[in-house]
Amino acid sequence: MWVLACWGWRRRHALVQWLPLPCRGRTRGAPLEPWALARLYSNADRKEKFDMSRFPVENIRNFSIIAHVDHGKSTLADRLLELTGTIDKTKNNKQVLDKLQVERERGITVKAQTASLFYNCAGKQYLLNLIDTPGHVDFSYEVSRSLSACQGVLLVVDANEGIQAQTVANFFLAFEAQLSVIPVINKIDLKNADPAKVEKQIEKVFDIPSDKCIKISAKLGTNVESVLQAVIERIPPPKVHCKNPLRALVFDSTFDQYRGVIANVALFDGVVSKGDKIVSAHTQKTYDVNEVGVLNPNEQPTHKLYAGQVGYLIAGMKDVKEAQIGDTLYLHKQPVEPLPGFKSAKPMVFAGMYPIDQSEYNNLKSAVEKLTLNDSSVTVYRDSSPALGAGWRLGFLGLLHMEVFNQRLEQEYNASVILTTPTVPYKAILSSGKLIKEYREKEIMIINPAQFPDKSKVTEYLEPVVMGTIITPDEYTGQIMMLCQARRAVQKNMVYIDQNRVMLKYLFPLNEIVVDFYDSLKSLSSGYASFDYEDAGYQTAELVKMDILLNGNIVEELVTVVHKDKAHSVGKIICERLKDSLPRQLFEIAVQAAIGSKVIARETVKAYRKNVLAKCYGGDITRKMKLLKRQAEGKKKLRKIGNIEVPKDAFIKVLKTQSDK
Amino acid sequence: MTLPQVRARDWVAAAKTAQRRHRAEGAAVPPSPKARRQSAALYVHWPYCKKRCSYCNFNKYIPRGVEEAAFRSCLVTEARTLLQLSGVRRIESVFFGGGTPSLASPHTVAAVLEAVAQAAHLPSDAEVTLEANPTSSPGSRLAAFGKAGVNRLSIGLQSLDDTELQLLGRTHSASDALRTLAEARRLFPGRVSVDLMLGLPAQQVGSWLGQLQELLRHCDDHISLYQLTLERGTALFTQVQQGVLPAPDAELSAEMYQKGRAVLRKAGFRQYEVSNFARNGALSTHNWQYWQCGQYLGIGPGAHGRFLPQGARGHCREARIQTLEPDNWMKEVKLCGHGTRKRVPLSELDLLEEVLAMGLRTDVGITHQHWQQFEPQLTLWDVFGTSQEVKILLEQGFLLLDHRGLRCSWEGLAVLDSLLLSLLPQLQEAWQQKPTP
Repeated sequence: MWVLACWGWRRRHALVQWLPLPCRGRTRGAPLEPWALARLYSNADRKEKFDMSRFPVENIRNFSIIAHVDHGKSTLADRLLELTGTIDKTKNNKQVLDKLQVERERGITVKAQTASLFYNCAGKQYLLNLIDTPGHVDFSYEVSRSLSACQGVLLVVDANEGIQAQTVANFFLAFEAQLSVIPVINKIDLKNADPAKVEKQIEKVFDIPSDKCIKISAKLGTNVESVLQAVIERIPPPKVHCKNPLRALVFDSTFDQYRGVIANVALFDGVVSKGDKIVSAHTQKTYDVNEVGVLNPNEQPTHKLYAGQVGYLIAGMKDVKEAQIGDTLYLHKQPVEPLPGFKSAKPMVFAGMYPIDQSEYNNLKSAVEKLTLNDSSVTVYRDSSPALGAGWRLGFLGLLHMEVFNQRLEQEYNASVILTTPTVPYKAILSSGKLIKEYREKEIMIINPAQFPDKSKVTEYLEPVVMGTIITPDEYTGQIMMLCQARRAVQKNMVYIDQNRVMLKYLFPLNEIVVDFYDSLKSLSSGYASFDYEDAGYQTAELVKMDILLNGNIVEELVTVVHKDKAHSVGKIICERLKDSLPRQLFEIAVQAAIGSKVIARETVKAYRKNVLAKCYGGDITRKMKLLKRQAEGKKKLRKIGNIEVPKDAFIKVLKTQSDK
Repeated sequence: MTLPQVRARDWVAAAKTAQRRHRAEGAAVPPSPKARRQSAALYVHWPYCKKRCSYCNFNKYIPRGVEEAAFRSCLVTEARTLLQLSGVRRIESVFFGGGTPSLASPHTVAAVLEAVAQAAHLPSDAEVTLEANPTSSPGSRLAAFGKAGVNRLSIGLQSLDDTELQLLGRTHSASDALRTLAEARRLFPGRVSVDLMLGLPAQQVGSWLGQLQELLRHCDDHISLYQLTLERGTALFTQVQQGVLPAPDAELSAEMYQKGRAVLRKAGFRQYEVSNFARNGALSTHNWQYWQCGQYLGIGPGAHGRFLPQGARGHCREARIQTLEPDNWMKEVKLCGHGTRKRVPLSELDLLEEVLAMGLRTDVGITHQHWQQFEPQLTLWDVFGTSQEVKILLEQGFLLLDHRGLRCSWEGLAVLDSLLLSLLPQLQEAWQQKPTP
């Protein structure tokens, strides 16, 4: 399969090119990178390496690996790539598909990657497409799109830790997609490994006979070959038709500064080749295909891609939003029924983002733009606050997504930001005819608390809810149930998955888990409980708008939408934080939280009684004048609420994400 | 220093008789601009101490031995040079500060006064103050200082609690202090001031008020109440940082200050400045000059001055600082007649800002006449009369702006630094909008 002479540059190519965004803040394809030059030279002798017509559909398997964090998904992927000769077998292959610093640090996959493996088995040449998925349920939509390109999954479970919350969530995603599930018990080399116990858990929770489990050590390579065997034997080939017109699913996309959008596609019907005119079912825009190929794991141009195959396609799309995940591509003038399940990325968590210093605004803006080039699921609205200046209101798929985005901004762009406490998108069903006319719909989404319509004008308010799965050793069950209750969660199920591990299902208002729930859960279970959640729609909620007042004047940036039952405790916390961060002034300041005209919490900042320098003679005068002038200069920058001066710091302390327990 | 001996001694005698008559008046009739330019106060810095006080960050040194004759001659030289540079013809007051100037020999004090009297007019009733430390000021020494020309004493008593005095690193006890105070009053009746500190770590309001009451039984007509400021680089600051001592409680300090002011008012004292209280008209004219933004010359290591140099281009007052370290200062004085290390020209606006910030520290505040001396075009009404922010401060009763001028109320004085944060930008704005002539 390999032209050996090319191996050197290829490997480098593979290592660098896969970085969606190189650390130095350039987008992929930045000039002067050694690999980019190598690619220029190699273009001349870039020959067709693979004749994709050699793989009939029955010799194709499309599969994914799904697992809880740290259960060894990426290590297994490394071994599979080595076994099939896709990458060189060296000690350096660690999480080859996880390229981002944040992915390696957190042991998670943020950006799904794909590799086509060529494997000889019983004299037959197989094409095994490993479609890597993001490992977290924040990205469950992406996961489900990736899975819809597959016919089977490897469900990796740690032989020591057993089934965790994310294992369950992932399993059900695969199960609902009617995929073949091959359980793989990993890390059997560990001292405390108990594969037999994990087999029983799998049987109990997933109803898969224990003899179907493959026990391996991905780290040592033990028994990995039999995983490939199982992929061929237990996963069916895709059900597709080459004769039909092209129908291709976009399941991922990345952005290259020079070539534009590179869409990862799975062909359900037909054939696509360079020069074809294609149409996006979502945007109805037409494009010319410039290049098709397979990922091996680097891009490898081919003449064509056939039904059942998975590869990439470049067609002059300028923006990742033009190649949205879940979209269907078809040939111009040969429209097809789009593949089911497409939806635009739906932000679940919103947060304000501001540069710490306004002079950093433009740098941050360009960093945010570059990051969102590769992540179309982040929604960006410009926003500004009188206190924090110009910034954005960003929508994320979930909390982890938000954290990862922030971490990438810091690590890859060296940008420091103020991230405000996350909020969730509430809804209101309007009853006021006037408002319905204004919004042109009855049901409206409330992202900014300032838009919160008055109770007299709505039939009901709705809040997003999620189905949470918690798996924990049973000694922590009591405390966890109390925690969930305090978060307004409703228990839906509770089962023992083995003698001492319990699986709890709770319906949570999303708002209740966006701040510090995961940390609380981890700390009260000494780190043993795992948590995952999936979108569960909206439920009616008694929401109220809470104002924060300073001597009776509303502080706009602190208006909050809260559940009625939580108003008092949330209001109290905000008032306390404000009290601690507001500098004393010439008069007493009443810090109040109020719902309508009813005050529910109050703190007082006492007035200054003395702040005049005691001694002011000869030498003190110069010093004193300097100090006063500096203070007067700083005072000009303070935000005034009524006649109260509020420093930016005070807002940051109140608005910033922080644990409040 | 040979020729004018007789004249100087005459001056001392005249001053002696005059000192009982003299009473400083807060708002005197303003002299003519020329007279103002030609008169100044003189500050003399004696940089040496026996021991370092735990709260003090002043420019001071603990020497093994002082070459006093050389130092004295440098002070004299610098006084002459600066008098000449400034074109000042009349010295209204002299203040010997430190350091511990009561450690200097009376001869040094006399020499400086003589030099001044030679080069300029030193009125016989001019206030000549010496800062005195209770331990270095037995009655005989104080009398000698009086003979040398000193006519007012400022005693660094600080506390009447021996534990507190120890904490402050003072070398005297409460009884030393009271003894010195009694002797000083005998020698300089009506012309003795005492300093009392407040807001020390762990100090309680009740016991401090007790000290103040006791002091009232012994003191003369002038008291200064100073709230402790923890200064970086002092032993006290370090101890508080390290948690060895509790940080002074701002609330308690404020309470001591407010109660102390009230007690002194009841006892007939006029609070003529943030920290200074006098009865029977015994204000310090020298310090008054600072708050009225009069000219002053500063001689000695690290001394500050503010005056208009003679023949200066334009007519720009300068803020001057003399070289800090005594040996270097002496070298420079020997070499060029003065040890001025830094000269910063003050713009008209800079000066007005000082007029505002300093003037409001006094009870009379800034009178319209006083303001007009510095800014003939814009009146106080022009600058502050239209500001919404100032209007609020007036309404809240922190400030008064009326036919007399602009001043702080009783409540406002204690929070002046906050008020200035509104007033200074207002002045700057008015200045920028001032029509250029």
